[in-house]
Amino acid sequence: MTIRTALLTSVALAIPAMAVADGHVGERGRDGEVSIIYWQAPSTLNPFLSSGTKDIEAASLILEPLARFDETGTIQPWLVDEIPTVENGGVTEDLTQITWKITPGLVWSDGTPFTSEDVKFTYEYCTHPEGGCAQAAKFEPVESVETPDDLTVVVNFKEPTPYPYTAFVGGESPIIQKAQFENCIGAAVSTCTEQNFGPIGTGPFVVTEFRTNDVIAYAANENYRDPNKPAFATVNFKGGGDADAAGRAVMQTGEFDYAWNLQLAPEVIAQMEAGGQGQPVVGFGPLVERIELNHTNPDPALGPDERSVIRPHPFLQDPAVYEAMSMAIDRPLLVEIGYGQAGRVTCNLVPAPEIFNSDTIDCSTQDLEGAKAKLEEAGWVDSNGDGVREKDGVELRVLYQTSTNAVRQDFQALIKEWWEEIGIATELRNINASVFFGGDAGSPDTFQKFYADVEMYANTFNGTDPQAYLGGDLCNKIPSPASQWQGENITRFCMEEYDALWAELARTSGVEARAEIAKQLNDMQIMNGARIPLVHRGRLSAHANDLGGIKLNVWDSELWNIADWYRIGG
Amino acid sequence: MLTFTIRRLFFAIPTLLFIALAIFLLLELAPGDPMANVPLTVPDEVKEQMRQALGLNEPAPVRFLLWIRQFFWVEPLNVFDHMFGTTFAEGELRIISWQNRAPVFIAIAERIPQTLWVVGTAYVVAILIAIPVGIYSAYKQYSIFDQAGTFVTMVGFSVPPFFSGVLVIVIFAVQLQWFPSIYDTRHAVTDWDSFVIQVRQMFLPVMVLALQITSQLSRFMRASMLDNLNQDYVRTARAKGLKETAVVLVHVLRNSMIPVVTVIALGIPAIFGGAIITEQVFKVNGIGQLLITAIQANDLPMVQTLTFIFAVLIVLFNLIADVLYGILDPRIRYD
Amino acid sequence: MTDARDPSTHSGNDTVVTAASASLAATEPVLLNTEARSQWWDVWDQFRSHKGALIGAGFFILIVALVVLGPYFWPLEATKTNIRSRNQGMSFTHPFGTDQLGRDIFARMIEGGRVSLAVGMAAMLLSLVLGTLIGVLAGYFKRLDGLLMRLTDLFLALPLLPLLLVMVLLFREPLTAVFGVEMGIFILIVSAIGITSWMQTARIVRGDVLALKEREFVLAARSIGTPPRRIITRHILPNVLSPIMVSATLGIATAIITESALSFLGLGFPPDFPTWGRLLNDGVPYLQQYPERVFWPGLAISLVVLSINYVGDGLRDALDPRIRGR
Repeated sequence: MTIRTALLTSVALAIPAMAVADGHVGERGRDGEVSIIYWQAPSTLNPFLSSGTKDIEAASLILEPLARFDETGTIQPWLVDEIPTVENGGVTEDLTQITWKITPGLVWSDGTPFTSEDVKFTYEYCTHPEGGCAQAAKFEPVESVETPDDLTVVVNFKEPTPYPYTAFVGGESPIIQKAQFENCIGAAVSTCTEQNFGPIGTGPFVVTEFRTNDVIAYAANENYRDPNKPAFATVNFKGGGDADAAGRAVMQTGEFDYAWNLQLAPEVIAQMEAGGQGQPVVGFGPLVERIELNHTNPDPALGPDERSVIRPHPFLQDPAVYEAMSMAIDRPLLVEIGYGQAGRVTCNLVPAPEIFNSDTIDCSTQDLEGAKAKLEEAGWVDSNGDGVREKDGVELRVLYQTSTNAVRQDFQALIKEWWEEIGIATELRNINASVFFGGDAGSPDTFQKFYADVEMYANTFNGTDPQAYLGGDLCNKIPSPASQWQGENITRFCMEEYDALWAELARTSGVEARAEIAKQLNDMQIMNGARIPLVHRGRLSAHANDLGGIKLNVWDSELWNIADWYRIGG
Repeated sequence: MLTFTIRRLFFAIPTLLFIALAIFLLLELAPGDPMANVPLTVPDEVKEQMRQALGLNEPAPVRFLLWIRQFFWVEPLNVFDHMFGTTFAEGELRIISWQNRAPVFIAIAERIPQTLWVVGTAYVVAILIAIPVGIYSAYKQYSIFDQAGTFVTMVGFSVPPFFSGVLVIVIFAVQLQWFPSIYDTRHAVTDWDSFVIQVRQMFLPVMVLALQITSQLSRFMRASMLDNLNQDYVRTARAKGLKETAVVLVHVLRNSMIPVVTVIALGIPAIFGGAIITEQVFKVNGIGQLLITAIQANDLPMVQTLTFIFAVLIVLFNLIADVLYGILDPRIRYD
Repeated sequence: MTDARDPSTHSGNDTVVTAASASLAATEPVLLNTEARSQWWDVWDQFRSHKGALIGAGFFILIVALVVLGPYFWPLEATKTNIRSRNQGMSFTHPFGTDQLGRDIFARMIEGGRVSLAVGMAAMLLSLVLGTLIGVLAGYFKRLDGLLMRLTDLFLALPLLPLLLVMVLLFREPLTAVFGVEMGIFILIVSAIGITSWMQTARIVRGDVLALKEREFVLAARSIGTPPRRIITRHILPNVLSPIMVSATLGIATAIITESALSFLGLGFPPDFPTWGRLLNDGVPYLQQYPERVFWPGLAISLVVLSINYVGDGLRDALDPRIRGR
């Protein structure tokens, strides 16, 4: 009936299944060293100071949350005995309180007991106003955290929260040790280099050497709860370079055992795989590459307070135009060229988890003739013979911008050609990623300012619930000069019905009911021309052929189950 | 010459302060945001709080003066404390990187060894090859040796390291498996065997870098030698009956060194600066990689500190070059 | 796309002329009005007798002719994708093969050559003129030395990437508003490369000038009251020509590569606009499967640099009166 029942049953099934999963047992540290390469180098091991995936995943070998998501997106108890739900009494009926029961006997890697005080401290640490905690959003709905005893944590929410698994759940919200970080709270974070670079955790490994933005050395945690894990005695975690080199080091030269997030052309991956040392693995989260359509006028002739602020766009809100633009795109080809096995065609903003994936819209076949007819019918004709359609003196000319990235530039070239074929003149621009995604209010080139007609990038959400993600397209989240160009509603899409339906989602509990509303929200966006989804992108990593136990997880840290990794034949 | 040196050193202080200000203003003006690499899933309010925690809400002049104070006062105090075990700098905020909220000098200290090993060695190798090649090419102008040298150096300079680096990795690391493709910065040289490993992992990056530097240096050496070989004083020296080696290696070489000294002097700060692309390709993770990641992450305190250190080195080595000009050619006077 | 060609064609034609006269530009005015004719004929005769220089010049003219006239003979378009013929090897229809989107690489090489040569030559010239001017002034006039050399130090110290970002931020929109998108970006890129690469030339020229101005012939010229302007053009410049020539050959390679780095950072031409540097950059990930994709742009850049080098060699010899007529 609710998400909690569904989760609870799968949890109950999953625990025994995992214990016997591999049948590979033995003493701790038997398999020597495992070496991992991330082409982005971790800069800190404190996940509350940096929200980069690289930092969070490097820290996930050491720090653990109370519960985390497994490779299917199902929530699993980690430092607790069971997932609290309304049914088992862990969540109150009014949905304002959740009670976590910590597994007895857990110790930190320094041998001291893990208690509810540590959990409460983590909350205080991250919500301190001067600390600049990168994960503050996880604790945003939390009113207070109480510790009735050493093994009980009670989290009170400000209002009824149908989905309570944000704080202390997942790799982004792990527990840090109170004794270690006590003096590092608030403005003192910068004086605690030793702690930030070497946190004490409950995870399978402890850090032995940390070089910022370069390399990390870990050793097995002597106090880890399972005496036979981890199988590896040490981990060599190298960072830096590019995805190319990382893939080569795993699949061709065999210098490394695991390479993270290889965003490479499918042919390049295939060539590397032929090297015979390793193989790629793919997992799909909710990441979608999309084209955002500007709902405001980006005309350079407008002043700074009007450009990309005043509505509407000269032509992009005409259904004929955005539908034709979408019909002209050959998505299966984009997938084949850009992502191969790490991509799927999608017409939705929320393509995963499966229950949230709407099947209302089909966009998997290109229809150039249909697109032309649609424009023709709506009165967009090329009357002066310059190859560009116009209506009432408005020409279909778009500026199409994106960040610099080989695949995105290939997509731009292809889509430009298709659009020009149906009579939409397209000018391309690419912008350095650190400028494009930076929120510098002084730069005209950020994706928030959207000084272009359409722009392409990818976005996703954390965990398995899209409420906050869909909430990014509410009318009050539109970036503008008044808000220093802050705000998640990049397209400036604004519909009263959408806002109302979203408010209903925020009140609804029960996974089926929530999924139903989320799908309606998704369809409402796409059909009203907020954006054109292109590709549902997966995460492609690679591991050595003799590395066992890999379960690629896109819902949590990729290294979530490193305690279960082992050397095949080792 | 001594008074010249002292005067120049004295003038270096306002120059450097001005350069520091120019760098700071440039970085302020440049578009970018330390939150650019934060995933889009993090809400904007959280990003704003993170910016404030970095001190970004302070006005620019305050941040500049704070940096000046930290660089010239707090950091030297810390070095002093570190050396003598004192605690003068306690409670003083050091220059903090925005990427990891740790003092920038920790990262810089970690990076210097590998940069000196790789880029330093490449420079030494390049100088040792380039000067003889340049001399001989000029002496035997248009010989087969000279033509071959011209060809190799020109192609070597035309091919950028982002290509040549990957090429040598594919040939020597992937196909032949002679050398590793990824540099291990944790490797410590303790005995002969570990030294061999170090040489092996340095070989490819040093080769790629040395080719670039050799190409450049040997061209300047050759050109300068050619200019001087036809001078009257060479004829005079030969007429005096001096041995040919003495004529070439003493008289001509000395007079040809000025451009070469300039290029080398410009190159030494670059050794500390690392080689951005080569370090990236081979994962050497030295100062160059530190700088480029800091720039990409808009980690302004790190970029400011690193570029200012380069500025100090540039000013210093250009001064040394000027002094050397005077030694190479006593007719050059500055007073 | 059609207006894209205008600026590059224009500068492509320019380069034919400038290649030969560029480095002379500085010396030209004064030398010309004093018994110019016979001397320049001498220079030309000497240049003609330099086999390497002639071959180099020939090659260079050939490459320029190919990229300028190529599009009129080659039917395929550089930006036209053809998904059915992706990743093809060398064939009669596609002599250099096709890329991952089925675009003809030969057409892209021709199109890219126009931009790369134009940007490379123009940026190299700008940086040489700036570097030589500052170097000579600093070396010759003691009063300017301190100031100009501190300026050089400043430019050497400024981090390149933020500097370029600032230039783009400040000047892209005004320049594109005045000159149009392609020409505006061309001017921006050329000045960005030129302004950030003159320092080495300036330091080298200054070092040589410091030594030269104390030499007997300069002292002699000064003692008979020759004005500084004439001493510089007549006596100093011809004698610092060889390091300038070396800077020129190295500079053009750097400029072509830097252009690709700029466009890679999103600071350059629109992303579907091919240049040699970008072709090289795009080809590197495919080095193992399709090595020809990096081979052609790499070869083209090397050939241009080699030919300029030989032209420079010949020019230097031709301008050296001691060698001339030997």
